[in-house]
Amino acid sequence: MTVAIATHDLRRSFGANHAVDGVDLEVRAGEIYGFLGPNGAGKSTMVKVLCTLLSPSSGTATVGGFDVATEADEIRLRIGVALQEASLDPKQTGRELLQLQGMLYGLSKPNIRRRMDDVIGLVDIGSAIDDLVESYSGGMKRRLDLAMSLIHKPQILFLDEPTTGLDPVSRNDVWKEVRTLNRQEGMTIFLTTQYLEEADELAGRVGIIAQGRLEAEGTPAELKRRIGTDLIVAKIDGDLDAAADAVRDVDGIDSVEVHGEELSAAASDGAGAISGVAVALNGSNHRVTSLTLRTPTLDDVFLDVTGAKLSASHEASDTSGEAAS
Amino acid sequence: MTDTSTPTTAARRIEEEPLARRSTVLHDLATVARRACRSVFREPEFFIPAIIVPVFFFVVNIGALQDVAEGGAAAAGQELDFKAFQLPVAIIFAVTGVSRASALVIDIQDGYFDRLLLTPIRRPALLLGLMAADLMAVLMLAIPVTALGLILGVSFETGIVGIVVFLLYGSLWGLAFAGFPYAIALKTGNPAAVNSSFILFFPFAFLTTSFLPQEALTGWLSTIATYNPVTYVLQGLRSLITEGWVWDDLAKGLLAILGVTIVSFGLASAAMRGRISHR
Repeated sequence: MTVAIATHDLRRSFGANHAVDGVDLEVRAGEIYGFLGPNGAGKSTMVKVLCTLLSPSSGTATVGGFDVATEADEIRLRIGVALQEASLDPKQTGRELLQLQGMLYGLSKPNIRRRMDDVIGLVDIGSAIDDLVESYSGGMKRRLDLAMSLIHKPQILFLDEPTTGLDPVSRNDVWKEVRTLNRQEGMTIFLTTQYLEEADELAGRVGIIAQGRLEAEGTPAELKRRIGTDLIVAKIDGDLDAAADAVRDVDGIDSVEVHGEELSAAASDGAGAISGVAVALNGSNHRVTSLTLRTPTLDDVFLDVTGAKLSASHEASDTSGEAAS
Repeated sequence: MTDTSTPTTAARRIEEEPLARRSTVLHDLATVARRACRSVFREPEFFIPAIIVPVFFFVVNIGALQDVAEGGAAAAGQELDFKAFQLPVAIIFAVTGVSRASALVIDIQDGYFDRLLLTPIRRPALLLGLMAADLMAVLMLAIPVTALGLILGVSFETGIVGIVVFLLYGSLWGLAFAGFPYAIALKTGNPAAVNSSFILFFPFAFLTTSFLPQEALTGWLSTIATYNPVTYVLQGLRSLITEGWVWDDLAKGLLAILGVTIVSFGLASAAMRGRISHR
């Protein structure tokens, strides 16, 4: 097995702020690794360290087998990076920027022509490729940004929140492109995201990061299995701890957790256990405002390992308009 | 941490050779310059004010001061061609402060500068490439101003070769001064700070022999003009118009340009190192 990215006790601090705080991870060549966390968790800092824009404060990191601190030039030849904001020159056309990018990567003219055809076909910008970038929509800018990061056919691709701010159609387009790159080109993809659905859809393995620490890691299925096969979620108006005690005694319930106004009960056979839960809650005189049965999501995993809901922090940051870091 | 895997496999290098490769500084410089030059032509707002200011001062100064200056010189038994005296001033006004520093700040803010840093580009090319575009820009400004001077009757003692040297000489000064806005752009990444670098233009351009010869200046202005490098650049430019090939004057001007270049690009290089160091 070839390891594309490896870090050991990697740390990066800005003064007293430990943005990356002792991360150990290993990404195998050819896999899509999802790095999942809310705004400010340290995802972008991690990407910037791995793609040589920031140096580590301590610890080690290798990309493509090269050390980020001492062999940055070798790494730059082998990686493609699409950072969180599409970084483009609005005064150039898409074609000019792609050509320029090819030249900066030292490609020969025939190689530039061939690769431009390849990436233009992949990202589907159409005739707008000859328009000035300032006329592009947000989705088109993202796709051109992705095309630019692919022009030199990198072995490892870093995508920092590639779909943040995109509409659902553009998001699906980017997902399709990421899958194609991974399957057809065998490209290793390190993807950061704050969208659970995105990590679930794309990543072979997912690392959950919170406050600079890697809190959990595994395939989406493995991570979900930590919670149990099914989840029974009850919203209750009243004493949640007492309700949780009542539910714990129900047959078939593996564990019960309380978060906010919700009570989550994990069960290997949710359908079989839910009626018992309903009876237990009714018997304990709690007013149940909703009772649902569902399979676990990565949000449940995130809640389990960090004690907070990723979707809640995401919504809060969307509301406040805070920039992701 | 509840489930963190610790690397157990030694990281091995991916054996496949990358398609990308590092180019020479010259190739990278040409690539950066190509983009910068293209942008210059797409930004008329870059040129229009830059050409209006020198033409305005040239025409107004001649209209307002020519008779007084030439009459005063004649009374002192000297001969003065005020148009020839003012043409180098117009060139200095045209080329001083012209740079792609504002565009560089936008690149920094928009993240395009980071995109460049992610490529294997040779770092000196990031600045040198912009300077190549600056050279083109200052020549594009200096040529019409010089043409206006010729149309108004200025003639060069040094002939056509002298005109070419005149343009290059002025352009070199423009490049030397451009280091200051680049230093500010790279240090601050702030467009307002870059715009305020225009303030530097005033002491350089006005506390010198812009309106009167050095011997006519008195007091503190004379002292400052003696230490102002623009005084020697103007002297070199004027010598090409009115005196012929005066190597001493040309050399002094070139030394002044070299001195400013060392200071301004020393600052710009330090700011660049600070920005591209891994923070």
